[in-house]
Amino acid sequence: MNFETTIGLEVHIELKTHSKIFSPSPVAYGADPNANTNVIDWGYPGVLPTTNKGVVADGIIAALALHATVEQHTHFDRKNYFYPDNPKAYQITQSDKPIGHDGWVEVDVDGVKKKIGISEMHIEEDAGKNTHERDHSYVDLNRQGTPLIEIVSKPDIASPAEAYAYLEALRQRIQFTGISDVKMEEGSMRVDVNISVRPVGQEKFGTKTELKNLNSFNYVQRGLEYEEKRQQQVLMSGGAVQQETRRFDEKTGETILMRVKAGSDDYRYFPEPDLPALNISDDWIKELDAAMPEMPTKRRERYVNELGLTDYDAMVITQTKEMSDFFDATVALKADPKMAANYLQGDVNAYLNEKQVDLQATKLTPANLAGMINLISDGTISSKMAKKVFKAITDGEEPKAYVEAHGLVQLSDPAKLQPIIDDVLSANPQSIEDFNNGKKRAVGFLVGQIMKQTHGQANPQVVNKLLMTALQQ
Amino acid sequence: MNYFDKDLASLHADLVAKKLSAKELTQATFDNIKATDPKIDAFLNLNEDAALDQAAKIDAEGINADQPLAGIPMGLKDNIVTKGLTTTAASKILANFKPVYDATVAEKLADAQMINVGKTNLDEFAMGGSTENSAFKTTKNAWDQTKVPGGSSGGSAAAVASGQVPVTLGSDTGGSIRQPAAFNGIVGMKPTYGRVSRWGLIAFGSSLDQIGPMTRGVKDNATVLSAIAGHDDHDLTSSTQAVPNFAADLNDATSVKGMRIGLPKEFLAEGVNEDVKAAILAAADTYRKLGATVDEVSLPHNKYGVAAYYIIASSEASSNLQRFDGIRYGYRADDVKNLEDVYVKSRSEGFGEEVKRRIMLGTFSLSAGFYDAYFIKAAKVRTVIINDFKAVLKDHDFIMGPVAPTTAFGIGDEIKDPITMYMNDVLTIPVNLAGLPGLSLPAGFSNNLPVGMQLIGRPFDESTLYKAGYAFEQNTDFHLQVPTLGGQN
Amino acid sequence: MANRINREQVQHVAGLAKLEFTDAELDAFTPQLDDIIGMFETLSEVDTDGVDVTSNVSDQINVMREDVADNWGQSEDLLHNAPDAARGFIKVPAIIDESEDNA
Repeated sequence: MNFETTIGLEVHIELKTHSKIFSPSPVAYGADPNANTNVIDWGYPGVLPTTNKGVVADGIIAALALHATVEQHTHFDRKNYFYPDNPKAYQITQSDKPIGHDGWVEVDVDGVKKKIGISEMHIEEDAGKNTHERDHSYVDLNRQGTPLIEIVSKPDIASPAEAYAYLEALRQRIQFTGISDVKMEEGSMRVDVNISVRPVGQEKFGTKTELKNLNSFNYVQRGLEYEEKRQQQVLMSGGAVQQETRRFDEKTGETILMRVKAGSDDYRYFPEPDLPALNISDDWIKELDAAMPEMPTKRRERYVNELGLTDYDAMVITQTKEMSDFFDATVALKADPKMAANYLQGDVNAYLNEKQVDLQATKLTPANLAGMINLISDGTISSKMAKKVFKAITDGEEPKAYVEAHGLVQLSDPAKLQPIIDDVLSANPQSIEDFNNGKKRAVGFLVGQIMKQTHGQANPQVVNKLLMTALQQ
Repeated sequence: MNYFDKDLASLHADLVAKKLSAKELTQATFDNIKATDPKIDAFLNLNEDAALDQAAKIDAEGINADQPLAGIPMGLKDNIVTKGLTTTAASKILANFKPVYDATVAEKLADAQMINVGKTNLDEFAMGGSTENSAFKTTKNAWDQTKVPGGSSGGSAAAVASGQVPVTLGSDTGGSIRQPAAFNGIVGMKPTYGRVSRWGLIAFGSSLDQIGPMTRGVKDNATVLSAIAGHDDHDLTSSTQAVPNFAADLNDATSVKGMRIGLPKEFLAEGVNEDVKAAILAAADTYRKLGATVDEVSLPHNKYGVAAYYIIASSEASSNLQRFDGIRYGYRADDVKNLEDVYVKSRSEGFGEEVKRRIMLGTFSLSAGFYDAYFIKAAKVRTVIINDFKAVLKDHDFIMGPVAPTTAFGIGDEIKDPITMYMNDVLTIPVNLAGLPGLSLPAGFSNNLPVGMQLIGRPFDESTLYKAGYAFEQNTDFHLQVPTLGGQN
Repeated sequence: MANRINREQVQHVAGLAKLEFTDAELDAFTPQLDDIIGMFETLSEVDTDGVDVTSNVSDQINVMREDVADNWGQSEDLLHNAPDAARGFIKVPAIIDESEDNA
C-alpha cells in the first residue's frame, strides 16, 4: 500500500515589542516572577485591554513578508478556557477576521522548489507560565500578554523534510522583518504539529495526531518521521489511527501517547466587546511595505548575480538578517565581497560559536571588518597578520590604528628592504655558495634570516623577488 | 441637615460662603446614613475616616468657587472599584476584595473634590432589578420599605431618595440606573455608550454597560455627568467627543418649544400599568403645553429586545465572570483537593443563583452548535432594533415613554420568577442595545409610589434630554415630593 | 416542557462554566433554563436576512496605544491579594492536566 502524508503546522512567534499587546507592562525576560505585571495582566475586575499599535503593525509586516493578504477590516475575539496561566479565563485572539490570510513561502527540498500555503495568521496574547512542584503549581504572569503571531499552514506539507524546510523558510523571513527573534531554543518560536496519512487515492484526509515537545526543527522532522511510519504501520496492519496527542521523546526519537482527544474543545469564541474594530488603511500598509527590509531570497539572488558569491555562500550569509546586514554593510565599505563572505563564514562564525553569542552582541563592526579586509587587499598586512588583527577587532579595536600601534605594518618598500638583504647576504657567504651549488633550500634559510631581522614584517613576496635578484647577480 | 431642600448649586454656594463646611456636610451625611440605613440598607460599606479627612483637607484648602462639586458627598455603586476600599459587586466571591486601583469615574470625582462616603448595594454583579440578588442584603424602597428599590443600582437610588447623600453613581446595562431611579422618584441618566469610561467598572455586559449619575434634580445630574464623562485612554470604547457643560444650558424651562417628541405606541402597550400609562400621557400633555409636538411613533421590534438582550448580556457576562476562578484574588473554596475543585467549588460557592443562571444562559448561547442560532441571531436583531431607533430619531428630537411597566413591586413578589423579572426590563433594554442615552425622571405617583418617565435621545445628545427633563421638572412638582421613611420624616 | 435543553446538556454547559449543581438544583434549573431559551427563540420571528451583526456600539474605531512600556509597579499589591502565593508566584493545587500552552 502506498501512502501520502499531510502535515499541518501551527507556529507561534513572539513579537519583540516594548510593551504587551493589551497592557503597557514591559515585555522583558529574566525578571522576578510577576514583576512585569499589572492589574490588566492579572485580569482584575474592571480592567480593560488597550491594543498596542506596534503589534498590529507587526501583524501587517508578517502578512506582507509571507505574501498574505492583509485583512483590512479586522477585530479581536475571545477564546474562553480556564487555566491558571490564563488570568481572564479567556484569551484575546482573532478568530473570524485574522489579520492575514492566504499567504505562502517557497521551500527547496533536494533541489525541488515548492510553494507551501499559509491559510491564516493572527495576532493574540500569550499566557503566563506554570511551574510544577510536587502537589502545587506556581504561576508567573510575566509572559501573560506578550504579543504573538500564530501562523497556520495549509495542508500542503507532504513530508517531514518539507515541514523542516517550511519552518526554516518561515523563520528566515520573519527574522528578516525584525519583528521577532524567532528562536525555538528561547521560546520565541513554538511549533504545534499535526500529521495524518492516507492511502494514495483516498479523498478524505486520514485521522490526525498532534505532536508535542518538539523543541527544535530537527525534532519536528524526526518526530514527524517516526509518526509517519507509525501511522502507516497501524493502517497496514488493518488498524485505525486514533485522534490523540503524542509526545516526542528526544532520547528514543519515538512518539508516546499522552492523551486521546474525546471531542473537540468548545472555546466559545465571540467578538471582543472591549476593543473597537480596526480598519487598516491602504496608506498604513504601503508605509510598512516601503520600510520592509529586503527578504532573504532577494538578497541571495543579489549576492550571486551582483557580488559573485556562490549559492552556498549566499545561503549561509542569509541565515540571519544580522549576518546579511553585516555583510552588506561590510561590502558597502568597499571590502571584497568574497573575502567578506569567507571571513563571516569562517573566523566570525567560529568566534560566535566559541563565545555562544549573537553577532549583534559582539564588538565586531562592519567598519572594522571592512577595514581589516581592505588592509589585506592593499598589501598592508598579510593574511597571517590578519589573525592578530581579527582578534583585536573582536575586542572593538580599529584595525588600522591597531596595526600601526603594534607595528604590524608589512615592510614592502624595496629601498628599505635592500640594505637588510645586503646585510644578511654579507653575513652568510656560505649560503650564497650553497645557492650557487644548486641547494635551493639556502633561499629558505636566507628568507628566514630576513624575516627575523624585520621581526616578521617584511612582505614575503617582495623579499623573495629582491633576494633572487641579488643572488642571481 | 436635610438634603431635600438643597440642590448642588445651593450647597456649593453655602460652602463657598462658608455657611457650611465640607466637614460638617460630610458628617451630616454619615449621620443621615446611620439614622436611616437600618431601614433602607442602601450602603454596603462606609468610607467614614477617609471621607472626613478629605473633607477637612478641602476645608483647609478653601472651596474653589469654580469647582461646583468640591466638598460635596457622593456614594458609588459597589461594582465601581475604589483603591483600598472594599469593593464586592455584592458578591460573596469578592466579599473581602480590596482593589489596587481606582475606577476612572472615582478618580474624576476625586479630582472634582467630591467626597466618597461609601459603596452602595446592588444586585450581585448588577444582575437583577430589585437588589434582592445582593449576597449581603436587600435594599428597601425609600417610599415604602416593603417594596423593592429596583435595581440593580437600588442602593444608589434609595440612598439619594432617602436623603442620605445628594449624589450617587450607578451603572446601567439594561435599565439598572433608570428603573431604580423611577422606583424611588429620582433622576437617573444612562449616558450614551462610550460617554463615560468603563475603566474600573466590574464588567457585566461589556457592550452595554455605562456608568451614570443619580440625583434628586435634573440640573444636579447634568453637573455630575459633565464631571465624569469624556475619553479615557484606559477605555478604547470611550468616545473622543467633546463633553459639554450640560448644566450650563439649563436655565430656560421652555426650551422644548418647537421640539418634536416621539411616543412609541409599543411603550404604552399591554403589560404597562394604567397609572403609569396615565402619567406618561399627562407628561405628553405637559410637553404639548410647552410648545412641543408629541407624535405617536413605532419601534416595531421593541418586544424582541428582552430576548436579544438576555442572550447578548449573558454571553458577555459568562465570559467576563470567568476571571472569578479562585486563583488570583477573591474567594477560594477551602475544601479543595485539586485545581478543578478550586475552580468549581470557588465559583459554585461564590456566585449566587441569578449570576449562575446568567452564566449558564450565556455559556449555552456561545457554545458549539448554538452560537449562530442564539448569539449571532441576537446580534443581528440588535441591528434591527438600532435601525428602528434611527428611523424615529431622524425626525424626532427625542423619544418619551415609561421607564418600567409598573411601579415598585413588593420584596419577594417576583424574585422566584426569572422570566417575569426579565420582562420588567422591556422598556429600558432596547436603549442599551442601541447605545443611546436615556434619562429617567419623576413623572407622577401611583398608590404613593413614584412613576418614572424615560427620555431617549440621539447618540451623544444628552443635552437635549437634560433640557427636556429640566423643562418638565420646572413645570411639575413631582420632584419636590419626598418619602416619609415610614412616617419618621 | 418543550425540551429545548435537557438535564445532560445543562450539566455539560455547567462543566464548560466550571459550575456544579446538586440534583435538586438541576431539577429546578433545567425547566427554568428551558423556558428562558424558549423566550430566546421568539427571535426567529425577526427577519434578519442580510442584516449585519452588531457586537459593539462604540463610536470609536482604530484606537490604539503607542508601543511604550510602563510598569505600574503593582505586583506587590497584586500578590498580596492572591489567596495563596509563595516566592513571588501565585500558588495553586497541582495542575494534573497536561494541556499546556493552550495559546
